[in-house]
Amino acid sequence: MINVFGRAVGAPSNFTRLILLSALSVALMFLDHRGHHLEKIRAALNVLAYPIQLIAAAPAYVGGGVADFFTTRDALRQDNEKLLAERQALNARLQQFEALEEENARLRRMLGSAALVADKAIAAELVEVSTEPFTRKLVVAKGSRDGVYVGQSVIDAHGIMGQVTQVATNVSRVTLITDAGHAIPVLDNRSGLRMLVFGTGDPDSLKVPYLTSASDIKEGDLLVSSGMGGTFPPGYPVAQVDKIVNDPNEAFLAIAAKPAAQLNHGKQVMLIWRGTPPKNTDGAR
Amino acid sequence: MRFGPDARRRLTLTGTFAAAVILAIMPFPTWAEPFRPDWVGLVLIYWCLAAPERVSVGTGWLLGFLQDVLYGSLLGSNALGKTLVAFLTVRLHLQLRMFPRWQQAVSVLGLLVANQLLVLWIRGAIGQAPETIGYWTPSVVGALLWPWLFVILRDLRRRGGIV
Repeated sequence: MINVFGRAVGAPSNFTRLILLSALSVALMFLDHRGHHLEKIRAALNVLAYPIQLIAAAPAYVGGGVADFFTTRDALRQDNEKLLAERQALNARLQQFEALEEENARLRRMLGSAALVADKAIAAELVEVSTEPFTRKLVVAKGSRDGVYVGQSVIDAHGIMGQVTQVATNVSRVTLITDAGHAIPVLDNRSGLRMLVFGTGDPDSLKVPYLTSASDIKEGDLLVSSGMGGTFPPGYPVAQVDKIVNDPNEAFLAIAAKPAAQLNHGKQVMLIWRGTPPKNTDGAR
Repeated sequence: MRFGPDARRRLTLTGTFAAAVILAIMPFPTWAEPFRPDWVGLVLIYWCLAAPERVSVGTGWLLGFLQDVLYGSLLGSNALGKTLVAFLTVRLHLQLRMFPRWQQAVSVLGLLVANQLLVLWIRGAIGQAPETIGYWTPSVVGALLWPWLFVILRDLRRRGGIV
C-alpha cells in the first residue's frame, strides 16, 4: 500500500502497468527513431550487452577452436600451397594494376578532375551472434576506440557488405545491404545506368525497383557502387543482376540481384576508411 | 552450496530467462533461422501462466527491452510486444491452465502471432518490414514445441519450489 495524497493506493493493476509501459515503449521508439536522441544511451547499453553476446558466441567459438585443433598437417599444407598459388596470380595482376592506376591518375589530371584515391581497410572480427529474426545485421568486435564511425562502409574480398549503423566503444553493429529497407546507389558496370539496389530481408537476394523496360540492363550485369550520396566509396562490386521479369501490367521491371559479397560466410569483415585526396593536385575539382 | 527457498525461486526464474535470452542470440545458420522459435516469448508465457503473481507485465517489458538492446532493433519495439504478451497471458491464465495441452499450444500460437504482428507493424512503420512469408514460422515452431517446453519448465518450477 502506498499513500498518495492522503489516500491509500494499492500496487498498480496489470492494466495500469500495461498502459504505462506501452507509453514508455512508444516514447522510446520515437526518441530512438526520430532525431536519434538515444545514441549515447544505446552505446552504453551495447557495452553492457557485450558480455552476454560473448557468452552466446562461446560455444561456436570453442567449436571452431576444436575444429582448428584437429586440422591435419596435410590439409594445412594443401591450403598453404593453394594460397601461395593464389597470391602469385594476384601479384601478377597487381603489377598491371599499379601501372593502370598511375595512368588513370595522369588521365584524370589531364581532364582536370579529382583523382581517385585508395582507401584504407582494416580487418575486424565478427562476434558470432544472431540479431533480430529477419533482419540482416552483424556484430563486429571493433568500436569507436578503433575509429569506427556510423556510416562507415564494410566490405569483404568480393564486394560491399553494408554499413556501420551503431557504434559503442568496443563493439559496433553493421547493417547488411540485404536488410529490408536498406538502399545503396549503384551503376551498371556495362552501360553506366544509375540505380538504387534495395535489400528485402532475404539473406541472398536484392531488388532493383523503379526501372522501366526501356532501361539498358541485362541479366548477368555487374552493379558497382556509384559513390553517390557519399556513404559508400565508388567502384566496389555490389551485386550481379540475377533475373529480370518484364510484366506488361506493371509500370516497372521486377529485377532480382545477387549480392557480390559473401554475406553469410567468413569470420572477418573489412572496415574501410576513405582515403583523403592529396592536397596540391594540379587538377581543379 | 545450499540456498534458501527464496533464493532458489529467484535462481530458477532468472536461470530460465537467461537461458532463453542466450538461446535467442546463439549463432544459427542463416537457412535455419526461420525455424528458431521465440524462446524468450515462450518462457515468458510459461511463467505468466504458472506464476502470474511473480512474473507479469513488468518482467515482460524488461525482457523485451533486453532483447531490443541485444538485437540492436528499435528500442521499445520488442519491449512493447512482450508487454502485450505478458498482459494477455496473465489476463487469461485461469482459462489457459484448464485447457488440454494441444489447446494450450493453439493459444500460445495466438499469443506469439500477436507479438510478431505488433513487431511487424512497428518495423513496417519505419520501412524495415521483411518481405518473406517465412516471417511467421517462428511462431508455428514455438507452438509445436510448447507441450515439451511446458513439461520441462514445470519440472524446473517444482524443483525450484515455486507454487
